[in-house]
Amino acid sequence: MSSEDRRLQMLERIMREHGYDKSALLEILHMAHELYGYFDKNLLNYISSRLNLPPSHVYGVASFYNLFKFRRPGEHVISACMGTACYVKGVEEIVSAIEREFNIKRGGSSPDGRISLFITRCIGACAMAPNITIDGEVIGRATKEAVLERIRKVLGGGVVEAR
Amino acid sequence: MKPDDILRVAEREAEKQRAYKSRINVCCSSGCLPFGALQVLKAFESAIKEYGLEGECKVSRTGCIGTCSVGPVALIEPGGFLYQNITPENAKEIVKRHIISGEPVKELLYANEAFFKKQYRLVLRNAGRIDPLRIEEYIMVGGYSALIKCLTKMTPKEVIDEVIASGLRGRGGAGFPTGQKWNFVAREKATPKYVIANLDEGDPGVFANRTLAEADPHAIIEGMTIAAYAVGAEKGYIYVRAEYPLAVQTLREALKQAKSMNLVGENILETQFNFDIELRMGAGAFVAGEETGILASIEGRRATPRPRPPYPATSGLWGKPTLIQNVETLANVPLIILNGGNWFAKIGTPKCTGTKCFSLTGKVNNPGLIEVPMGITLREIVFEIGGGVPAGRKFKAVLVGGPSGGCLPESALDLPIDYESLTKAGAIMGSGGIVVIDDESCMVDTAWFFTDFCVDESCGKCVPCRVGLLKMRNILERIMRGEGRLEDLDLLQELGEYVRDVSLCGLGQTAPNPILTTLRYFRDEYIAHIVDKKCPAGKCFRLEAEI
Repeated sequence: MSSEDRRLQMLERIMREHGYDKSALLEILHMAHELYGYFDKNLLNYISSRLNLPPSHVYGVASFYNLFKFRRPGEHVISACMGTACYVKGVEEIVSAIEREFNIKRGGSSPDGRISLFITRCIGACAMAPNITIDGEVIGRATKEAVLERIRKVLGGGVVEAR
Repeated sequence: MKPDDILRVAEREAEKQRAYKSRINVCCSSGCLPFGALQVLKAFESAIKEYGLEGECKVSRTGCIGTCSVGPVALIEPGGFLYQNITPENAKEIVKRHIISGEPVKELLYANEAFFKKQYRLVLRNAGRIDPLRIEEYIMVGGYSALIKCLTKMTPKEVIDEVIASGLRGRGGAGFPTGQKWNFVAREKATPKYVIANLDEGDPGVFANRTLAEADPHAIIEGMTIAAYAVGAEKGYIYVRAEYPLAVQTLREALKQAKSMNLVGENILETQFNFDIELRMGAGAFVAGEETGILASIEGRRATPRPRPPYPATSGLWGKPTLIQNVETLANVPLIILNGGNWFAKIGTPKCTGTKCFSLTGKVNNPGLIEVPMGITLREIVFEIGGGVPAGRKFKAVLVGGPSGGCLPESALDLPIDYESLTKAGAIMGSGGIVVIDDESCMVDTAWFFTDFCVDESCGKCVPCRVGLLKMRNILERIMRGEGRLEDLDLLQELGEYVRDVSLCGLGQTAPNPILTTLRYFRDEYIAHIVDKKCPAGKCFRLEAEI
């Protein structure tokens, strides 16, 4: 069975567990997002047809919440926390430095799809601000130098995590 | 299970714990985890095993101890020795010297007593002291005995009266009297009724609620169940941010345990009382913390607020009476039931009783999670508990209440912390964020940061918030580029008051606060940008691409 079928099967099971209840839309979107990593049109259309909701409603809910992504993330994901504490402690400078060095814009991916740079709202590790997360690993009290160094290492290693 | 069975669980657990001579509590909260707390936990465990001390010393994972800037940390009992910046290597050293030889490793101890001196830990009573993933430990320290007292000895009305007597007010920010809210829901006839615990801590720079959920989830669950008993609800939802995976996981496990002990579910403790709790995850929308926004989100819709009345107490989830409380409010409830409302009312100030948890961050020497009695001054928090700003820098402002709070200057530091004083000064209690700012930050830029956040998070339903905030942000950007005009200050003031007065929900009503307070207290910085084309902090006037 292909992984595509397996994911679809799991999604179907979640919807069944919720009795295809329209009010469970957010829960179902969470699950779908976890399975696929992002939403594309086909996936949202599929959910809307299974729950018997207009696609506009499903898209409307999905796009309302910041957590959901609509583009496939790059191989390596860097998220910069833009909470107040991190901002006050200068995360902006680190973000600008990443943008310059790796030629990416916040919210986007590099042309070769190797890295994405996302801005997250507070991750709640404010006492260690500023915080940068690289492939799930949080770097606290981050400095420009340490973050750039770490990203270079991650990219150089060429390790592609299996999704 | 019956009430007596719960008491026996407590006895059994106490007996088990008494067998240990010492206990190492390793903070495994979100603050310490990224910095290797689990490796430290493992190192402690294997050192204890290596020296054959399993029967004498218990190593336990706990929630947050509060000193988040020096993590990973561990607390060794008896004696309350707090170790900081622990590595797997020195964990072994600590076991060798402290546990075996009985000599605390001085150079690794947290030496800053001032951090704890003025704190008063009610809500965080168990944080860092019990294993949040073991309900037995919560029961051992008196957990769920308040619920037992309610179910066996008190009528719902008596429970509400006790909460009214305590003077407890909502900790989510608005400060509405909790007992009164319970009364509103209790007197509604429609069924089913719902209780929602709000853990959608969307304010950037605030982590008090998350820490509570990670450290003592059962306090929230118990408080919620008592609330449900008081108002006659049979279904509850804990609405938690999906960005807090550890809190979600901890609450999920805690709910499973509470259900297995019959403390949540049907016929709780073999009484007629039924109350089921489900977790619901948010997905990153600041406005979902607003009480009508949270309703829409739980119903699976966009978290768009709606006008009130009808208030959720009359028409909440699916049109039914609904009680919505912040998790910190709920965690106070078991203590009020056990010790009495009058006991609680003596803490804090007469109009503002109890304590408040704050996350203290920014340019301060001891950032972390703190809990202080209401009425304490901002100066005590920033300079005594927080230890002031790092050497060489100068205090400039303190942001209280998150992105829609206010920026208060030195002259406001002697304000006592209570809902009214903060509102009068132009800030809000919010959900409890205090961010200290030094002279490196530009106040215009700070106002811009918060306004930008609120522009992003505005749901777009009502015009003043959607358009007004955008306009205000544009004016700020103009000023930051050096193209501002002096008239802009009046325009910002006028727009800000307008957005504040006519927006539909709390987000729009408080979003202008950062601009209004910086205009009020830091007007000279705006003027420097406009007239002298200079940024006193050297932040603005950079290339546009860098802003």
